[in-house]
Formats: sequence, structure tokens, C-alpha cells
Amino acid sequence: MEQKTSAPADTSAPVQTGVGTTGHIWDGIEELNNPLPRWWLWTFYACIIWAVGYWFFYPAIPLVSSYTKGLLGWQSRTQIELDMAELKAMRSGMTTKIEATELADIEKSPELLSFARAQGSAAFAVNCAPCHGAGAQGFKGYPNLNDDDWIWGGKAEDILTTIKHGVRWEQDSDSRSGVMPSFGRDGILNRKEIGTVADYVLSLSGLPVDKGSDLAAGKALYAANCAACHGDTGKGNQELGAPNLSDKVWLYGSDKAAVMERITIGGGGVMPAWSNRLDAATMKSLAVYVHTLGGGK
Amino acid sequence: MSVPTSTSFDPHSDEPDLPLYEARKQIYPQSVTGTYRRIKWIILAVTLGIYYILPFIRWDRGPNAPNQAVLIDMPHRRAYFFFIEIWPQEVYYLTGLLILAAMALFLMNALAGRIWCGYLCPQTVWTDLFMAVERLIEGDRRERMQRDAGPFTVEVFALKLLKHTFWLLIAWWTGGAWVLYFDDAPTLVMQLLTFQGSATAYISIFVLTFTTYTFAGLMREQICLYACPWPRIQAALTDEHALNVTYRYDRGEQRMSVKKAAVLRAAGEPVGDCIDCQQCVAVCPTGVDIRNGPTLGCIQCGLCIDACDDVMTKIHRPTRLIAYDTDVNIKRRQSGLPNIFKPFRARTFLYAFVISVVGGMMVYQLVTRAPSTITVIHDRNPVYVKLSDGRIRNAYSVRIANMLNDPRTYSFKVLGMDKAQVDIIGAEHASQGELFIEVGPDQTRELRVLVTHDNDDKREAPVALYFEIRDELDGRLAVGKDFFRTPNTVH
Repeated sequence: MEQKTSAPADTSAPVQTGVGTTGHIWDGIEELNNPLPRWWLWTFYACIIWAVGYWFFYPAIPLVSSYTKGLLGWQSRTQIELDMAELKAMRSGMTTKIEATELADIEKSPELLSFARAQGSAAFAVNCAPCHGAGAQGFKGYPNLNDDDWIWGGKAEDILTTIKHGVRWEQDSDSRSGVMPSFGRDGILNRKEIGTVADYVLSLSGLPVDKGSDLAAGKALYAANCAACHGDTGKGNQELGAPNLSDKVWLYGSDKAAVMERITIGGGGVMPAWSNRLDAATMKSLAVYVHTLGGGK
Repeated sequence: MSVPTSTSFDPHSDEPDLPLYEARKQIYPQSVTGTYRRIKWIILAVTLGIYYILPFIRWDRGPNAPNQAVLIDMPHRRAYFFFIEIWPQEVYYLTGLLILAAMALFLMNALAGRIWCGYLCPQTVWTDLFMAVERLIEGDRRERMQRDAGPFTVEVFALKLLKHTFWLLIAWWTGGAWVLYFDDAPTLVMQLLTFQGSATAYISIFVLTFTTYTFAGLMREQICLYACPWPRIQAALTDEHALNVTYRYDRGEQRMSVKKAAVLRAAGEPVGDCIDCQQCVAVCPTGVDIRNGPTLGCIQCGLCIDACDDVMTKIHRPTRLIAYDTDVNIKRRQSGLPNIFKPFRARTFLYAFVISVVGGMMVYQLVTRAPSTITVIHDRNPVYVKLSDGRIRNAYSVRIANMLNDPRTYSFKVLGMDKAQVDIIGAEHASQGELFIEVGPDQTRELRVLVTHDNDDKREAPVALYFEIRDELDGRLAVGKDFFRTPNTVH
């Protein structure tokens, strides 16, 4: 029997504990070779059996051009479809309400507005953000949806129509259409004339113009070529998708080179129609979301 | 003590390998009576009583809130504790509680070792309860040892079956009580009994029944020995002045029989009080020998003190051969010095200080907790919007939280900028230039606030804006701060 009162002769771990070591020694500290507890070992074996069962029941082993499918036929793709269906069923109460309610009334009901904005925000991130930006801030050629300058109309209904049918989207006959001629490319105006009319366009919104520019000539060219769509005073026409040229918001930039480029090339941006891809409630939610970003009319 | 030969593991050795596992040595703790056993019974009754009864205590919070005193309402993201209601963003209270729990554990450890392990740990309390049931059905240590060594008869089977049935019932009741903390207890009890409870509730009960039965009935001391990290941490945190359940070997050694001791004592020879009766080992729930000093397996429950006191009384020697003591004192007594006890040490002060600071901060937070709050988040992208007339607009997500149990109306103002136009999307109504927001009981409401101002290109720094809400009922104010940014002030 060990006596507490007498100092032990050998303080090494194996002697103290009666357990062998692995032979590893670090700075005089030895590693004991204790056996594992039985329950631990059993748990370990149980895990191995579980893994074998898993191989049989679930997709497990990659083959050259395929993989083992497993007896249960489980697939992550089927699973996510089920999950999505479940989510849709969970939201059906609110989505039915959204479908049945006028856009203006959705915005008047705090409950519906909150739901529509949340749904719209999520749908926007997935479908719209690649072009319009995560915060709908837009880029050159892709409109900023936060401001109050709307090419095709900024009422909630206008926004919904644009979402449904797109802009200059050939597969949709109801798509927003209206194409600016390629004045330069098609030889309608020569380079000098384009410069002159560009100066006049810049002057419409009070932007500085080149010294010695002939604004009177520019005005005449504008009246002859541009006023039909953009209006006599440059206020634009949302029916035709002709942007307002007299305000401070510029889709392609407000320097003379950018304006000349647009007159030369013409055309306009393209947006897909979403009615084949999104359901009615999602499109309505998107319209409410965009309309309530702040710039909606 | 026989000294085993030190062996090294050699993978190329031809000698037979060590067994792959270590078989558990069955422990048959003997019943015991005494001071510490009484303390353990009381703590067991109090802690289990609190655990099983607490969900049924009611607390009136008005019509819009649950009336259960302690409730963690996961679906609605609320936690209730009597007069306290915690929202998810206030989860730092939980952090505070965890810090307090850790520090209290350390303080206990600095004062008197593994008080937690010996008296308060659920593993100890439930194991104690399961052992009591076992003793009631199968009898005490000797009886159980004899039965387990003997043949497995029908009677033995019946007794074991009865014991495991009772264990499972207690375990099931434990799991059942747990789920009651997460839903209205009386309603849930009825649902569970009529098989209408949620799958989550049944699964939770099943899992906890399983763990309680396994941990307290089957694994017992193995949880402390193999699974629990605290014995390891405790060993690193303790110091020489912490009281521990200690075998006073200065008094106990040399161990000898009562008769031999009497003879030697009569002759004036030095005599140890320990008669090596092994009672301290017999009563130990983890099967350790306290006379080997404090070990990993010793949970310091004090039952060996009771067992030894009993024996010392019988042989007419002073009690407390095993007692709460320190090794320092043993050494001092051996050198003829008086005992010293130092409960006030740097570490006990430090732990107590941290406890009071964290506790004080939590109480301060709780007392000064605002019933309504406003949070303002500036749109990150775009930071500002240029409007067609050249003005600049900033957009903010404003969330107003009404933590009270009745609906409130708030007047809303944005201060800090002259001639700023303020629009709120989804505001209830505006009258005389003021905007009003209604927020339901115990709810939050998010609004989109637009602030528009002339573009002042000369402005060099963002302008601070103060979003102020005033509770129309009690006039309480809450303010959130953010900035108005222009192209000139965005870098």
C-alpha cells in the first residue's frame, strides 16, 4: 500500500499509474497507452455499421459517368422541390391575398405591404439585381429604380406592366417597344450635326455646352429629328419610352460624348418579360417593392 | 504497492496486444447517513422540485402575453422570466448569465473545490435519484453484489425489470418537464396526453428520456470520468488553499486494526486512526479511494466523510478523519503549526469582482431598459439617389420596436436638417405636418423613410440626422442617429 507520508521513489507516469506508455516522450512527459472505454469502442463500431447502411440507402459512390443511386432513391433535387412546395404552401395565405388585392391597396395595408416588400426584395435579388444592382441603384444603361425618373412610367401599374412584358423583348408581343433610330450609323445626321444637336440637348437641362456651339441650329435639328418622340421641350414620352432630356438623371451619362454616342447608335436597352417565369404574386410583390423604393409616382 | 513494469508500445512486438477496451468495473455504492447525505437530499429535493414544478407557475402579463412565469417562446422569439421579457436582440443577457455561471463555478471551486460536481450537477443529482430507486428495489450494496454474482433467476429478472421501468419513468418525466419550458405547460400536458403534441415535443421527450436513462442509470460515473471537461479544467484552476474533501493522512497513517492501535496507543507509540475498513470506498458513487488524494474521479460529494464519521464514532475516535481540509494544513500540522484558512485570496476577490461587475451591468441594463426602441439603417446601396430635379434623396430602414404589451402610437420626426423633406412609406396618417406610426403590442414595425434635400455641393461632411419617436401615451422618447450623405460626402 502506498504511503502518503513517504515520498514516492519513482514519479514517472507508468510507475504511478500502472499503465504502459506509447513510448512518446515530450520534455519528460510520457503518453500513457490507456485502453478506450468499451462504450466508446461500441459507438465507433456502430458508426461504421451506420456508414455501410448509408452506402446502400443513399447516393454514395461516384462512378465514371454516374454514381450509385441508393435504395431509397433519395435525391437532393427532389428534396428541394418538396421543400419549395412546402414553403409555397406555407405562404399561400398571404400570396392569395396579394393576388386578389389592387396594387394601391397592398401599399395601404401594413401587413400586405410588409409581406410584398419582403417577397419583392428576395425576388429582386434573384431576378433583377444582375442588371439593376443589388440595391436597384442601376448602372450605365440599366436604370436606377430608386430615382423618380421613369422611362416607361413610375406608377405601380406601369412598373408591373414592364415586369410582366419586358422592354423590347421580341418573344412578348405586349412588350414595351419604341426604338430610337441610329441617326449616325444610318446616315440621317452627319457627325457635325450630331455634335450640334447634342449641345442643344445638354442645354435643355442647364448643363454647360461647348463655347461657340450653335444652339439655334441645334434647336432646328432637334425639332426636325428628336421632338417627335422626346417632345418639343425635351420632357420625353413614357408611352414611347423616350427619356426626359430636361432633367438631371442620365441613363448613359451627361457628358457630350455620351449623348453623341446615343444619337449615333440609337436603339435602347432590353429587359426580359417575366410573366413566363414568375408567378402573379411574385410580380406584384416586385412591383410594390420597386414602387416603394422611393421614386414611385 | 506493487510497481508494474513500465512498458512501451511497440507496433512490431510479437507480444499479445493490450485489450482494445477497458471493461467497466461495476460500482455498488453503499447507502450512508450523515450531514453531507442530508445536504445532498435537501439539494436534490430543491433542485428537482424547481425543475419539475417551475413551468406550472403562472405570472400575469396582461391579455397580449403568455401567463407562464418561465417560458422560452421559440416561434415568437421571446423569453419570459417572471417580470423579465427578453427579445432576440437582447441575447447578451444570456451571454451575461453564462459569464456569471462560469465565474460562480470558478468561485465555488476556489472556495471549496468541486461543490458543483458533488452537489449541484444534474448528472450527480439524477444519478443520486436513480441510485436511491435502485437501492429501494434491489437492496443495498451487499445484496446487489451477491445477486449480480449469483444465477440470473426469474426473481432477479423481475427486480431488474422493475428498476429499469422506474428509471425510464423518471427519465420520461424529466424529458416531459423539459418541453414544458417551451410552451404553455398545462395546454401542452393535455396535448401530450391526448397524443396531439407536436413531433418536436415528442422527439425532445424521447431524446431526453434516452439521455437521462443512459447517463443517470447506465453510465453514471463514466460521464464524469470520460465525457465531462470540467474535472480537467477544475484541476488546472484549483490552488492549494481551496478546501477539498481530504483524507487527513497526518492523522490516519499508519493504518492498522483497532486492536493493534489500542496496544500501540497504550505503549505510547504513534498510531494512525484509519482502520482500513474501506467504508469510504464502499459508499463512493464513483468508486474512488479518497485516501489516494483528490483525483479526477472524486466528485467531492462528501459521502465518505459521513461514512468515516460513522466508523470513528463507533471506535470512539474523533470524527472528521476525512473532512473539508487542505493539503497545506496537513503539512502544517505535521510541522506542528496551526491550521490556516484563506477564503479571501486574489482569485476569490477576482471572481467575486467579475461576478459583481457583470451582474451589476445586467441589472443596470434591465432597470434602464427602454420599452420602445428605434433602429435606423442607412441604405447601403445606393448611398444617395439623385432625383430628376437635382435634389438628393437618402433612404433609411427604420425599425420601431414596441416591447410593451399594449399597442402604441408614436409621433415620428427627423431632426438635424433644415428644409428636409421627410416621406415615410406606409405611415398611418399625418396631421399638421406630423407623422404617426402605430405599432402593435409586443411587436416591431419596419418603415422605409426617405429624406430629400437640395444638393449642396459645398457640404464637406455628412449631416447627422436624429430620428425621434415619441410615445403618444406616456411621452417617452427614443432617438436613433444616422447621416445624410451627398455625392460630395461619399468617398
